[in-house]
Amino acid sequence: MGLKDLIMPFKAWGHVADKPVSLPKKEIFREAAPRYRGFHTNDVDVCIGCGTCEAICENNAIVMVEVEGIEAKNGDSGLRPMVDYGRCCWCAFCVDVCTTHSLNLTNEYIWVDDDPESFKFIPGVDKKSWDGKEDGWHKPGPDYDLYPTERVKMEELAPEERDSSFIEFVKGYSKEQAQKEADRCVECGICINTCPAHMGIPEYIKAVRNDDMQEGLRVLYETNPLPEICGRICTHKCEDVCSVGHHGDPLSIRWLKRYIADQVPAEQYHEILDTKEIYKNNKKVAMVGSGPASLSAAYYLSLMGYECTIYEKLEKPGGMMRYGIPEYRLPYDQIDKDIDYIESLGVKIICNTAVDDKKFKELEENYDAVFIGTGLHLGRSTRIPGSDHEHVFQSIDLLRAITEGKEIMVPEKVVIIGGGNVAMDITRSMARLQRKKYGKVQIITTSLERENEMPADREEVVEAREEGAAIKPGWGPKEIEIVDGKIKGLHVVKVLSVFDEDHRFNPKFDENEKNFFEADMVIESIGQGMDISYLPEEMKEKLEFGPRGRLVINEYHQSTLDWLFVGGDMVVGPDVIHGIANGHKAAIGIDHYLQNKK
Amino acid sequence: MKIPEDRSKYPQKGEDGKLIVDMDSHKYVKLWQGPNHPGITGNMSVELTLAGDEIVEAKTHVGYLHRGFEKLFEQRLYVQNLATCIRMCVAEPDSNEYVYCTAVEELASIEIPEKAKWLRALQLEMARLQVLLRTVAGQGGTFGLGVGVQWGMYMRELVLDRFEELTGGRVYHMYMIPGGVRGDLPDGFKKRMEDVLTQIEKYIDHIYNLLYNNAVFNKRARGIGVIERDMVEKYGIVGYVARSIGMKRDVRKDYPYLIYNKLEFDPFTTDYSDVYHRSLVRWHDLKMTVDMIRQIMAGMPDKGIFKAPTPNALHWRIPRGETYVRSESSRGEYGMYMVADGSEKPRRINLRGPSYTHAIALLEDLLVGANIADVNAIMVSLQTCPPEIER
Repeated sequence: MGLKDLIMPFKAWGHVADKPVSLPKKEIFREAAPRYRGFHTNDVDVCIGCGTCEAICENNAIVMVEVEGIEAKNGDSGLRPMVDYGRCCWCAFCVDVCTTHSLNLTNEYIWVDDDPESFKFIPGVDKKSWDGKEDGWHKPGPDYDLYPTERVKMEELAPEERDSSFIEFVKGYSKEQAQKEADRCVECGICINTCPAHMGIPEYIKAVRNDDMQEGLRVLYETNPLPEICGRICTHKCEDVCSVGHHGDPLSIRWLKRYIADQVPAEQYHEILDTKEIYKNNKKVAMVGSGPASLSAAYYLSLMGYECTIYEKLEKPGGMMRYGIPEYRLPYDQIDKDIDYIESLGVKIICNTAVDDKKFKELEENYDAVFIGTGLHLGRSTRIPGSDHEHVFQSIDLLRAITEGKEIMVPEKVVIIGGGNVAMDITRSMARLQRKKYGKVQIITTSLERENEMPADREEVVEAREEGAAIKPGWGPKEIEIVDGKIKGLHVVKVLSVFDEDHRFNPKFDENEKNFFEADMVIESIGQGMDISYLPEEMKEKLEFGPRGRLVINEYHQSTLDWLFVGGDMVVGPDVIHGIANGHKAAIGIDHYLQNKK
Repeated sequence: MKIPEDRSKYPQKGEDGKLIVDMDSHKYVKLWQGPNHPGITGNMSVELTLAGDEIVEAKTHVGYLHRGFEKLFEQRLYVQNLATCIRMCVAEPDSNEYVYCTAVEELASIEIPEKAKWLRALQLEMARLQVLLRTVAGQGGTFGLGVGVQWGMYMRELVLDRFEELTGGRVYHMYMIPGGVRGDLPDGFKKRMEDVLTQIEKYIDHIYNLLYNNAVFNKRARGIGVIERDMVEKYGIVGYVARSIGMKRDVRKDYPYLIYNKLEFDPFTTDYSDVYHRSLVRWHDLKMTVDMIRQIMAGMPDKGIFKAPTPNALHWRIPRGETYVRSESSRGEYGMYMVADGSEKPRRINLRGPSYTHAIALLEDLLVGANIADVNAIMVSLQTCPPEIER
């Protein structure tokens, strides 16, 4: 120890004139850094109440609650997060995982209140001084995600491999792919409400993750007895509302359903679904038409012990699923797999039996209840000049003929009118037939709706183009030109708008902008109507009809004749999943009716 | 002439070499140091038995902070544990983040982006800087020298400001996440960091003058809490405490992780470990950390992603396996042992921090024979962090 040790510490006196570093009170309330994790804000209009913030919160600080003024609707649970600042640790994982990016933290951090309850609040609903503040914690960067936002690509046959044959072109997921895709699900359950059949979607996706196909199949059959079919051609309304789809690709819910159904061999169904023995209650129900609604109703009724008989006019059961949807989308063996299982439960399907009014009266007498699900099999015509020519066809008739293996006219040039999925089906079917016959495709498909308004699934339009068809949306058909008894083509005019201000169908045209599509054959595909000519007249008188000629039914699909239940496309749709849903609903209704019938 | 000290009234050693303390003789006083006291951050007690002002027996008591972290881990998702693991050391939470995230990444076979490695190293070194700023000068505080503590705390606040910018939090950063980090450097960060480092450097020199060129500090800190070389293996001594006895133990050098093999640094050692030298080693660590942060800022790549894609955090299943991950915290080797059973939650996590042996076993030994006034100094010189003992 020397003199230095005595003097050096006094150098600290050098700081005596320094500016004090302690802050005066008014400066304590300084602005936090722009990235600071302070108080929550939520854009309640963007928020869909998916509850991922609640799921990830390790402190249970977030609870989803009902909020006055916000109703549950399609794609929105109607709930909003309530944060409890007695529990929150401001980790901001709720922000990072938010599917809509509506939940954020501001850099505000001072909140003084003597009421402890006030620290439980619903951001965005309970007004706070920091609402709308930009600075604070947001999801960090576009590459930063707590769940994968990119869909696992479904492998398909290349256009040149698929465009001349009717073999299924979607290959289906492998186990690895399916599990990877299933991993993306955030289990919010928004999809359940949107699915007409209210399928347990997060549950069966979880089964895929767990590689438990038996559990997956059980979940599927709880609400849907046609999983192979739905797994291929469902209109997947669930995917439209998938919360992951708000910033990223929605889950491939449909392909995952198909994956489960594909994995389980048909012979194991009875074992897995525990349907080896079913108690019979000796009551009989008849179904007219063997489409998804009838099959679904028959399936659930037979599980309840009813003896079900389905009457089908055509050669094979399945209705529009078999005769409307082309084989490349839905192979016939997959339809058979689902229907065979339903038959194996004791459901009788009598084909080649058209029900007329006489037969219908017999059904009324011989059965305890009757369900009709005869769908929409009458094609609608545009009724433009020339549409009565013999080479103007209805798409639905041609699709049926193709399934039945009949020879149909395949000319070199075809024009198709329509912008829905059926129009795409006939476009792609005709394209395949043309390529087989001529080695090239010359099809023009035109619709009133413009590109972004077309009712067909986007992928259908893209794939039809890949297969060589020209899709020309936004043209209104005016006249089919016929010279010497032969079709020359279709005159069209530009469409200005399809719907009016009240969203009613009321197309407006620009008559000056014209076009002409050459054709040897015109196919109309602008919608279908129902055919209930088989109902006896006296019954029709007793039945009540609503707008657009649809039968009036109650919640359980019971018509004004108490023994008669109606479902399928005749009621809502047209699509398979609605048919399945209302077949199930009608089965419950029939059971109620027959249980209470004296 | 030196008068030999009369030790007859002090307890004598028994056959096993331990002091025989007969409380019934009423010659000794029991004194509890803690659970709240200036010796360490957090709550821990030392039960002291005194003969006069000399400690003849010391027993550490923990249990004041037990929150059952390791059990909590087993009941929470991997991502949720991130917000829990940091609380195992309040003073330096970042080491917890690092070992936890790296253990998950190792088990899940995830390689983090290059940029994330640099950002993680930056976070770890900034954490070390703020801890050392507080504790180096804090050593003087245990002898009543408060000036350095105030400087240190002020400097630490400046580092916390930079943390706030970078991570969104001041004390608990939650910046790392399995797969990378949660944000890039903000604009202009490097310059503001450099300003802080320049200011800190100035104070580091002043702290040197204040402590190590100080007659009082020299007189009091030298020769107390002496650790012998043979105690190193016996007590599992790591980090700067081991370096103060001349053993170059530094995980960053011995088992380089992140980008530490790209940095130039040479940990300082001394060959005599008392409170003075342990403090001196930490002062050199402080200087080295400032230099390392500069190297990191210079070497940091400008572009690149900061988080690798990872599976869905809400049900991320880590494949079955076990791993041990270590890092060099400001206190020494900080390790986490993780067992995954293929489910969404860890099967078992065990944390091994240096405080466990340093504060429980070693401290009991070091305190015997020390003066009551030096207890705090010895405790601070070991830089104990009680939550890390009570996991």
